Amino acid sequence: MTPPANQPVRSFFASVQLALLLLFLLAATSIIGTIIPQNSPPSFYIEKYGAQTARLFQLLDITDMYNSWWFLALLTLFAVNLVVCSLERIPGVIRTVRRDGLQTAPDQLDRQPCRQAVDLAAPVAEASQRAAALLRAHGWKPREAATADGRLLFAERGPWTRFGVYVVHLSILVILAGALVGSSTVASRLLRNPDFAFKGSVMLPEGESTGHILAFKSGRRVDLGFTLRCDAFAIEYYDNGMPKTYRSSVTVLEDGKPVRTAEIEVNRPLTHRGVTFYQSSYQAGREYVVSLTKQPDNLSHTAVVPPAREIAWPETGVRYGIINRENQGEVTRRLKIWFADGQGEPAVFWVPAGEETTVERPTGTYRLQARQLYATGLQATRDPGVWLVYGGCLLMLIGLYIAFFLSHRRLWVRVEPAAQGSRLLFAGTANKNRVAFEKKFSDLVAELDTHR
Amino acid sequence: MDSSQLFGICMLAYLLSAAFYLGLLIFKQPRAGQIGMLLALAGVVVQTAAIGLRWYESYQLGHGHAPLTNMYESLVFFAWCTTLLYLYLEYRYKARVVGAFVLPCAAVAMAYASFSDRIDDRINPLIPALQSNWLIAHVVTCFIGYAAFAVAGGLGLMYLIKRRAVQRQAPADSIGGSLPELRVIDDLTHRTIVFGFLWLSAGIITGAVWANEAWGTYWSWDPKETWSIITWFLYASTLHARFTRGWSGRRIAWLAIAGFFAVFFTYFGVNFLLSGLHSYGSS
Repeated sequence: MTPPANQPVRSFFASVQLALLLLFLLAATSIIGTIIPQNSPPSFYIEKYGAQTARLFQLLDITDMYNSWWFLALLTLFAVNLVVCSLERIPGVIRTVRRDGLQTAPDQLDRQPCRQAVDLAAPVAEASQRAAALLRAHGWKPREAATADGRLLFAERGPWTRFGVYVVHLSILVILAGALVGSSTVASRLLRNPDFAFKGSVMLPEGESTGHILAFKSGRRVDLGFTLRCDAFAIEYYDNGMPKTYRSSVTVLEDGKPVRTAEIEVNRPLTHRGVTFYQSSYQAGREYVVSLTKQPDNLSHTAVVPPAREIAWPETGVRYGIINRENQGEVTRRLKIWFADGQGEPAVFWVPAGEETTVERPTGTYRLQARQLYATGLQATRDPGVWLVYGGCLLMLIGLYIAFFLSHRRLWVRVEPAAQGSRLLFAGTANKNRVAFEKKFSDLVAELDTHR
Repeated sequence: MDSSQLFGICMLAYLLSAAFYLGLLIFKQPRAGQIGMLLALAGVVVQTAAIGLRWYESYQLGHGHAPLTNMYESLVFFAWCTTLLYLYLEYRYKARVVGAFVLPCAAVAMAYASFSDRIDDRINPLIPALQSNWLIAHVVTCFIGYAAFAVAGGLGLMYLIKRRAVQRQAPADSIGGSLPELRVIDDLTHRTIVFGFLWLSAGIITGAVWANEAWGTYWSWDPKETWSIITWFLYASTLHARFTRGWSGRRIAWLAIAGFFAVFFTYFGVNFLLSGLHSYGSS
């Protein structure tokens, strides 16, 4: 390791103080965006905060602060700090991990805080064999070396766990890299390939198809390379009126031929050729699809019907229309139908939207269904970085587990001749969770003690 | 017998338990601590049954979902996690007086859930956005983290009280004097923070995966997300200060308390003061 003092820039980036400062700054500045609403139209800020403050917000990108140059600069600095900090320390860790415990000077063991001596009647060779057997019985793999007047045993566990914290650091970098790969800004400005990563949406009326979507913010048209058709959109409700399901039935067409059909619901997106479609909104249209059948003639009829217009079904002489609607917002819950077949008084009745009802008339039995026409709002995303992000997240959990709960434990046994046979000095270290280690250590030594 | 009656019994058990633990702290009666522990244990058992029953009741109502979907259920789950975690710590580290700093937290959560008119305790069906298996993973991981940070905050407070007692050389039978040794509290605080940090990370990650499934964005800087990452940054700083700068004792205790305030704001403040996707608290 180069002494950092000679390299002011490197030592600046390698310092933990900088890391702490950056963590603090990121935390503190992040608060701003939770208090001041983000990405609202300029008029909103002028109205709420006054023209002067709004101009200041504009200047400092406060209105879109998480994408502002200064916030991204903080994140970049954080990433650089993470890299330099880790690179600065990893060589030392490698040295620690590689250090051979058998090279430890035997008298150094007398200074270990965790140590315990045991006297055995057996001579050195036998005593060291017994100590080795004990360690092996507890899952350690001791190695042995001769010292000036006796023997030294050494065993270690989990030296690699010292890298746990760097696994966590790496995972953060992987997540940030994933965010970069999936960023539409990077795709359009740096890669000059806006189709590489984008987020956008499309409002697709039932029965219609589209081959492109509109990107968020820029409003740019993104070609999908295939066609998506909305076959139907449906809302289901619970008994208490809360929405239960928003469902789009769609068909994917390639070169005009249908290749797959799917149902998109919230939490059940559809991915086709790297583009994922999410159910995100809908619009209730002003028109209705009315389906009619007539028995016993076995005739049927379907028409798109706007309200307050009389429609004719020429084959049967039936005329009908929607004369009233009961709406909840834009969504029609019930429709009032006017229905005439030229014989007797016309029928006037309410029918729940989308449900079939039977109309008994002198000319026959009719079944009628009126369904509102919807447009489904789908969000379309192409994010090639998402698997990097997920991988980074998994790596982070693994790294955190290693860093917090696994430790590098070392165990020495120095065996030297004594007046009554031999004297064994057990010494041990753990880089984490010392209390638990010391307990195991003394249990282990006690076992030899009771077996002598 | 329905689940709300059981939750009432549980709330009573926690309130009494908190009172007995405080009795242990103030009057040094070991018997009070034993009763406090038994009450907390009884509370957890009743609450487990109540959560199970509420789950069952939701199936009876025809919508069937885990009871982790609104502010009421989250408060109940928070109290459950906190008490359970505390009982484990008490069993494992034999520091019974800690209960005086933790059980009031669980009791207040239960009482607030039961009595506040801002909290709707009805079982409602799930809106489409919440119909996901990630819901359980996300809520469970987050709340184990929150519970750990609540315990760590209590330990931090306890550390500061004990420290004052040590500085004033308070007699061993005073409130401060009877608390565990500073070294022990400090170690316990650190372990609890570490435990909470792992679960908070898991909670943020499961939330991100779920958001990506539901909305196509794993991170959108919504106020709840932002506050969770602020909390994460705060605890990350605490851990680095300890590991690399050797911070311990008083400074870590203050950070544990500050961290709990950040957790508290992430949990409550965001729902009631800011707007965003996590609207479960506004009902």
